[in-house]
Amino acid sequence: MLCVSCEQYFSTIDRNKYIRKRHARSRNYVSESDVYKLESVPLDFGDYHPLKPITVTESKTKKMSRKGSTSSTSSSSSSSMMDPLSSVLDGTDPLSLFAAAADPLTATASMDGIRKKRDKDDNSAVGSDFEQWSSKRSEILSRYTTTEKLSINLYMGSEKGKTTTSGSAVSEKVRTRLEELDDLEEGSQKELLNLTQQDYMNRIEELNQSLKDAWSSDQKVKALKIVIQCSKLLSDTTVIQFYPSKFVLITDILDTFGKLVYERILSMCMDNRVSLSDNFSPETVNDTAKETCLNWFFKIASIRELIPRFYVEAAILKCNKFLSKTGILECLPRLTSVIRGIGDPLVAVYARAYLCRVGMEVAPQLKESLNKNFFDFLLTFKQIHGDTVQNQLVVQCVEIPLYLTLYSPAIDWILQCIAYRAPEVLLTEMMERCKKLGNNALLLNSVMSAFRAEFIAARSMDFIGMIKECDESGFPKHLLFRSLGLNLALADPPENDHLQILNEAWKVITKLKNPQDYINCAEVWVEYTCRHFTKREVNTVLADVIKHMTPDRAFEDAYPQLQSIIQKVITYINDFSLLFSVEKFLPFLDMFQKESVRVEVCKCIMESFIKHQQESTKDPVILNALLHICKTMHDSVNALTLEDEKRLLAALINGFIKMVSFGRDFEQQLSFYVEARSMFCNLEPVLVQLIHSVNQLAMETRKVMRGNHSRKTAAFVRACVAFCFITIPSLSSIFTRLNLYLHSGQVALANQCLSQADAFFKAAVSLVPEVPKMISVDGKMRPSDAFLLEFLCNFFSTLLVVPDHPEQGVLFLVRGLLNVIQDYTWEDNSDDKVRIYTNVLHLLSAMTQETYIYHVDKVDSNDTLYGGDSKFLAEISKLCETVIAQILDHLKTLGKEETLKRQSQLALCFFNTILAHGDLRNNKLNQLSVNLWNLAQKHGFADTKTMVKTLEYIKRRSKQPDMSHFTDLALRLPLQSRT
Amino acid sequence: MGTALDIKIKRANKVYRCGEILSGVVVITSKDTVQHQGISLTMEGSVNLQLSAKSVGVFEAFYNSVKPIQIINSTIEMVKPGKLPSGKTEIPFEFPLHVKGNKVLYETYHGVFVNIQYTLRCDMRRSLLAKDLTKTCEFIVHSLSQKGKLTPSPVDFTITPETLQNVKERASLPKFLIRGHLSSTNCVITQPLTGELVVESAEAAVKSIELQLVRVETCGCAEGYARDATEIQNIQIADGDVCRGLPIPIYMVFPRLFTCPTLETTNFKVEFEVNIVVLLHDDHLITENFPLKLCRM
Repeated sequence: MLCVSCEQYFSTIDRNKYIRKRHARSRNYVSESDVYKLESVPLDFGDYHPLKPITVTESKTKKMSRKGSTSSTSSSSSSSMMDPLSSVLDGTDPLSLFAAAADPLTATASMDGIRKKRDKDDNSAVGSDFEQWSSKRSEILSRYTTTEKLSINLYMGSEKGKTTTSGSAVSEKVRTRLEELDDLEEGSQKELLNLTQQDYMNRIEELNQSLKDAWSSDQKVKALKIVIQCSKLLSDTTVIQFYPSKFVLITDILDTFGKLVYERILSMCMDNRVSLSDNFSPETVNDTAKETCLNWFFKIASIRELIPRFYVEAAILKCNKFLSKTGILECLPRLTSVIRGIGDPLVAVYARAYLCRVGMEVAPQLKESLNKNFFDFLLTFKQIHGDTVQNQLVVQCVEIPLYLTLYSPAIDWILQCIAYRAPEVLLTEMMERCKKLGNNALLLNSVMSAFRAEFIAARSMDFIGMIKECDESGFPKHLLFRSLGLNLALADPPENDHLQILNEAWKVITKLKNPQDYINCAEVWVEYTCRHFTKREVNTVLADVIKHMTPDRAFEDAYPQLQSIIQKVITYINDFSLLFSVEKFLPFLDMFQKESVRVEVCKCIMESFIKHQQESTKDPVILNALLHICKTMHDSVNALTLEDEKRLLAALINGFIKMVSFGRDFEQQLSFYVEARSMFCNLEPVLVQLIHSVNQLAMETRKVMRGNHSRKTAAFVRACVAFCFITIPSLSSIFTRLNLYLHSGQVALANQCLSQADAFFKAAVSLVPEVPKMISVDGKMRPSDAFLLEFLCNFFSTLLVVPDHPEQGVLFLVRGLLNVIQDYTWEDNSDDKVRIYTNVLHLLSAMTQETYIYHVDKVDSNDTLYGGDSKFLAEISKLCETVIAQILDHLKTLGKEETLKRQSQLALCFFNTILAHGDLRNNKLNQLSVNLWNLAQKHGFADTKTMVKTLEYIKRRSKQPDMSHFTDLALRLPLQSRT
Repeated sequence: MGTALDIKIKRANKVYRCGEILSGVVVITSKDTVQHQGISLTMEGSVNLQLSAKSVGVFEAFYNSVKPIQIINSTIEMVKPGKLPSGKTEIPFEFPLHVKGNKVLYETYHGVFVNIQYTLRCDMRRSLLAKDLTKTCEFIVHSLSQKGKLTPSPVDFTITPETLQNVKERASLPKFLIRGHLSSTNCVITQPLTGELVVESAEAAVKSIELQLVRVETCGCAEGYARDATEIQNIQIADGDVCRGLPIPIYMVFPRLFTCPTLETTNFKVEFEVNIVVLLHDDHLITENFPLKLCRM
């Protein structure tokens, strides 16, 4: 039925080719906006923020609402609801809130647990400020490495030869008993030779795993044997430079073992599935658990060799808690003195470190044995220079300074345990004791790395004195200065000593021959210099670093340190004009000759600039330096650069461009942008930013001239426009180009550059056919139609005010665009074309109005140009008809079963357009709308609610003046009931 | 396995003293009902002596092993012949630890030539078709505390080349001076042996210092007596070239079962000694011997 009527409609059009009637109803935008606009309610912007909880900001809409009008959407929410996020985060975090709410009577068991835990944290002597072993672990593993071959010697076999030392007959039975402890697998002896360090570590990890396996498969004796064999490895000091790492690996196994034993005994204490609380007393432990625990201790006490016996007992130190309250208290001093039996000073000091570690974990309140460990160590200190050690070093070809550094992790740890929350007096005493020993550099270093930074900083001059007195041949001095520098970076020395400290320290540092030693020291001291001194001193230090690192290209091996120096400098000097006035800063940057590092450094500087620069700048020093830095970043981009990296670099450069301002000197600003464009042509986001900046510059000029350009400013603005026009084509993303053309065209229009604006719009029109069907969005391929639709609607809105070119035909641009849309290959089964046509109808109807809804200041749009000329209007009507014909054609093709739903929707959409914009006094249009209404309902795909509301709307409209014809229309629109 | 027999002694450490009551349960687990000819429980304690091949000939050692000396022996019938239900049956028992006459409950001791052992044995007699079931379980006897017997007897010692006996070439010995003391040679068996040792000087590097615990067992028999010293354990107290002048702790825990209070009877003796063994790098071995007297408090 409809099809017939449509055809009828067309035939009438054909017949009355030259008798045009107005299709669009005339509008009075001013009165309409008065009727529909929101009643303005004063909004207090003083404390308004969109993310704050919304208080009441009400906006009243007049009851009248109109379909298809955008002006009725309310702009602010009228809810007084609290923001869910802020209400949760209000005050404290949920956990503490929870804890605060719990009172002793109502608290549940779990709450008790939480509180107890917290109490325990308060009571125990170790808080979060104690640097845990785990953090030292990886440092040691990475520092003490070796390329020499290692061996693991696991005497899984018995020690038959050794047990008979007394010469007395050893009975078979005794032997078996001993073997029980010493054998891992009957009679097997494994000696793994020629292992690389990695192999060695893997083996140890295997042992750790087999320990766990043995334990879980209930082979407790085997587990013990593994642990004994592992701890035996600690008595072996071949490949001595690997010893600290070996210690770390093996004590991991011991820790595992200690935990397994403790947990097992604890699980035996479970009575009726209630496990013991954390601080249980030995009386509550049942006999079986105690007996098992005792068994472990007896078994360990009979281990023949000293070192395994010590380590294994230390590993299960915590289990003493099951036997007696004072167990640990008695055990710690005893184990401390047991270590005296270990002859090798290095092995002994690591044994002490392990004991301190276990002690801090199990009974941090027992400080005495920590101190005793350290004093014992001091007593044996002279051994280091004894013959036994020296001979060993000769055999292994290890120099004394290197050997001494092997002690550091252990001594550091012991001292750290001692120094933790220790009174000042104790620290002073420790220091005095260290002083008394000859060659105390090793101790001095450990004191500096373990004691509180404030303590060290306050005595900086003393320390410098002591460092100077140290023996040259012993512990490397640069390490001492490095440690001191680390402390000074954390805490401030007395004000008066500032300069003297730097002078004294730098005097020594600058004499260091080895570039690696030098840079390691200098890196640390730069921070101190930056903290306390001015640009002059920083400059001197940088100059000294350059001087040291340039010969033989020594900087190539020191990039991390140099990088950290730069980082420290920019952390402390935030003022970039000051920073770049440090003469040696840029020469310093020149040392980064490896591109990747160079770019990293540049990035750091730019990040800091963006973070700290508050005001825009035109300082030529900053501009030159930063342009240079940005250029470096930009030049690093190549075909292999990752997208993310490019994005990051572009963001940094954009940040810089935004901060550049020459104030009222617009020409210089433009020439800066031109220069930037030539420099950063490979980064599209930067070009986009530049186009936006130039557009902004043009608008800024307009603002300054209050819209009336002088000859000079007009020329300048045209230069800006030209900049954009020639920059846009070099971008690759088609939608960026389209939007920029449109945007720049609008700017040109606003600046009365009509022909330039035309050029932009023409360029946009001619670009539309190139839009691909799929575009890549965030790395995924997406259909482009939604983007295109959005762009075109935006474009139509602009085209309304673009005046026709006198030499081109009427509505030249609109026609051009329509042709392009017509020829564009649309996706099959898509209604986008029709949707666009509907929007074109909106445009065309707006164009027929006597006065357009909006204008560009100082630009005469077509309404003024043509003054409602009938030829012009006829031309528009002709266009309308063509477009309507296209729409109807499309509707016709949707007559198939599977597309009926789409047909119904489109018909309704079209109907709404006619209702809003069309003049329904035109009979044909009136008939067409009725047909469309019927078509929408014909196959039962219409939403009844919508139809009802639409009809209501029409009836309401009919009551308005000049709208009486709506009454008739409403009568002609039947509502189809669902049934 | 059809039927399982187990003895569970009440005390986890299985340690009892004379006059106390040994109690526990016999546990029988079975899927089916158990037909039996009676279940009995026997408590036995005896001293086993063996002559070493060294002191008498090999054959004598084999044949002439001395008859065990029985200390205690009693049997009770727990269940009369009949049937036990399926599942787990626990039968409690109690034995008072009393000896007859002038016999003494010696402390449990596992040695080489002397063994003092106490066992509980549960027998389930069954019909001809099924095997009899037996389960043995050792329990441990500690002797009563010997009050007032312990007098501390500290010993100081000095070891130099001159103090040594059995030296072949005194001239080739490196010079050394080792001083030390033991807190007491009269030891409480539950307390460790303690003391200190100082290597004041030594020309040669020290390789190792060890404590060797030795048992001396004497068996008397018709032909005379045999006395043998054997090692129980060896505990290293110093490893490597220790620091001169720094006291090193002497510390040794007496192992359970393998030590007992020093024992002297008409038939046999069990005594203990400790050797301090210093091993030098040139393989010189220096031993200093200290007899110990162990007792239980």
